[in-house]
Amino acid sequence: MMSRIRLTLAALGVLFLGACAQTGGFNASPLGAGDAAGDPASSGFFQTSVGDRVLFEVDQHTLTPQAQTILAAQAEWMTQNADFTAIVEGHADEQGTREYNLALGARRANAARDYLVSRGVASARLRTVTFGKERPIEVCSDEACYSQNRRAVTVLQGAAGL
Amino acid sequence: MTRLFPVIRLLAIGFVALGLSAPANAQSPGPLRIEITEGVIEPMPVAVPDFIAETPAAARFARDIAEVVRNDLVGSGLFRAIPSNAFIGQISSFNSPVQYSDWKTINAQALVTGSVSVASDGKLVVKFRLFDVFSEAPLGQGLQFAATQSSWRRMGHKVADAVYSRITGESGYFDSRVVFVSESGPKNARVKRLSIMDYDGANVQYLTDGSAIVLAPRFSPNGDRVLYTSYATGFPQVYVLDVGRVTQTALGAGENEMTFAPRFGPDGRTVVYSSSTGGNTDIFRRPVGGGTPVRLTNTPAIETAPSFSPDGNRIVFESDRSGTQQLYIMSANGGSAQRISRGEGRYGTPVWSPRGDLIAFTKQNQGRFHIGVMRVDGTEERLLTSSFLDEGPSWSPNGRVIMFTRETAGASGEASLYSVDISGRNLRRVPTPGGGSDPAWSPLLP
Repeated sequence: MMSRIRLTLAALGVLFLGACAQTGGFNASPLGAGDAAGDPASSGFFQTSVGDRVLFEVDQHTLTPQAQTILAAQAEWMTQNADFTAIVEGHADEQGTREYNLALGARRANAARDYLVSRGVASARLRTVTFGKERPIEVCSDEACYSQNRRAVTVLQGAAGL
Repeated sequence: MTRLFPVIRLLAIGFVALGLSAPANAQSPGPLRIEITEGVIEPMPVAVPDFIAETPAAARFARDIAEVVRNDLVGSGLFRAIPSNAFIGQISSFNSPVQYSDWKTINAQALVTGSVSVASDGKLVVKFRLFDVFSEAPLGQGLQFAATQSSWRRMGHKVADAVYSRITGESGYFDSRVVFVSESGPKNARVKRLSIMDYDGANVQYLTDGSAIVLAPRFSPNGDRVLYTSYATGFPQVYVLDVGRVTQTALGAGENEMTFAPRFGPDGRTVVYSSSTGGNTDIFRRPVGGGTPVRLTNTPAIETAPSFSPDGNRIVFESDRSGTQQLYIMSANGGSAQRISRGEGRYGTPVWSPRGDLIAFTKQNQGRFHIGVMRVDGTEERLLTSSFLDEGPSWSPNGRVIMFTRETAGASGEASLYSVDISGRNLRRVPTPGGGSDPAWSPLLP
């Protein structure tokens, strides 16, 4: 009995680690060989030059003009690099209850996803996930950090070099 | 890793009324009575001498079980333990008559005596009696119970529950467990493990290995299973865990569906939860064992954190359909909902009390977080706590104490478990090995 349970859990762990490796973690995608940020077809270029994330106002999921500009560039990049798929992660700052923030993160991820689709990215290439307030990128407890944590991050996956 | 997935037994501990107790005393409890609803300001002084060891092997248990009883009673905020160095009299034999004057002199209103022996089969046998010192009479019958030695703490909790119950007239909550999320690691890469422990923080056991984020567990009505949310697949999804076998099963979700915020119905077979698709979060109901989900809410707003009424007929939940998070009550079959929260600020995570009379909630107002309670119709709102971040109340089995998460601010901020009674008194930190969040209280153990 016990060994079977351990095996089941180990399998789940592998699945999760697999997903984690694909999404490149939550903070930054590792840059593999042939994935230098200078290569305009690389995920590194997408992350640093196109911009992989958009930010939101407090408790909002509407896209700011600045966010729309970044997402339009993301869509253009994805149109040119059709091998990539992406997971759009929605995040919230810590000012909110856990489950509400999960729902808020889902709204943000979906707002970004919908915009990418409206700009020509096939919906089958996009998936959304919410992390609520579980994965802040900045850890202080004031607006300087909160504003960076209220984000939707487009995490590329599925192409050579990843 | 070897002790990661222990088999957890919630064994019944059998009670036997002691036939040898004093003749049933029909007099009313007199002064030995605590009315919890009033909110106790001055705890009742109680003497709990170390129990008598009737066999040499019982010596350590006799001392430690009495210590558990003292800690439980004092931890409730309703009692004050008189230190043993103030005792005038001694309990040298469990069956000797009590010299009430010795205990009156030190103003002990209640006296708990007990004995422990190790039987030939290795089981611990605990006996105890409760005395009303100023009425010079036993309060209730003596009790005797037996269990394995590893259950010694539970036997102490059983004694304390009996004392609490006889003096307050309400059921106790000490022989209970808490499922929660153990937290470790830095704030931006927190490791979260599903964990279970005694209500007082003892006997912590880990149920998951930390490879996936886990959130907000909830016990089934009889404590045999736990619902929770896990990122094991990379996406949030509801799982049910069999506490005894430590086996986990995904409830199942559709493509591009995220599920979270699961709670059992009082029948133990129904689960309500939030489902998020296309950015919209609504509440659904389905059988735990599988079956077609039934949609209970259908709005573009966020609907989450459902909680059944104890009779199973209604569900309290939160929705931002008015523009901000507020509390609503609907039929367990869904349909129209009545808003019950009316104060300033935002209200979330409602939890129906086991007595059915109150809703506990998290309130955010002017940059502070509070745990509060209100009547089911939304009246008589009372805030019990205030801090940078308090959230996620859970009721003690008797509906008198609330456990919740308190998180401190800043880069080194950490989550801890706290409890507070429903009068707002007796705020205490519940000890956990590291950080802790999302506590959910079990029912009283059998």
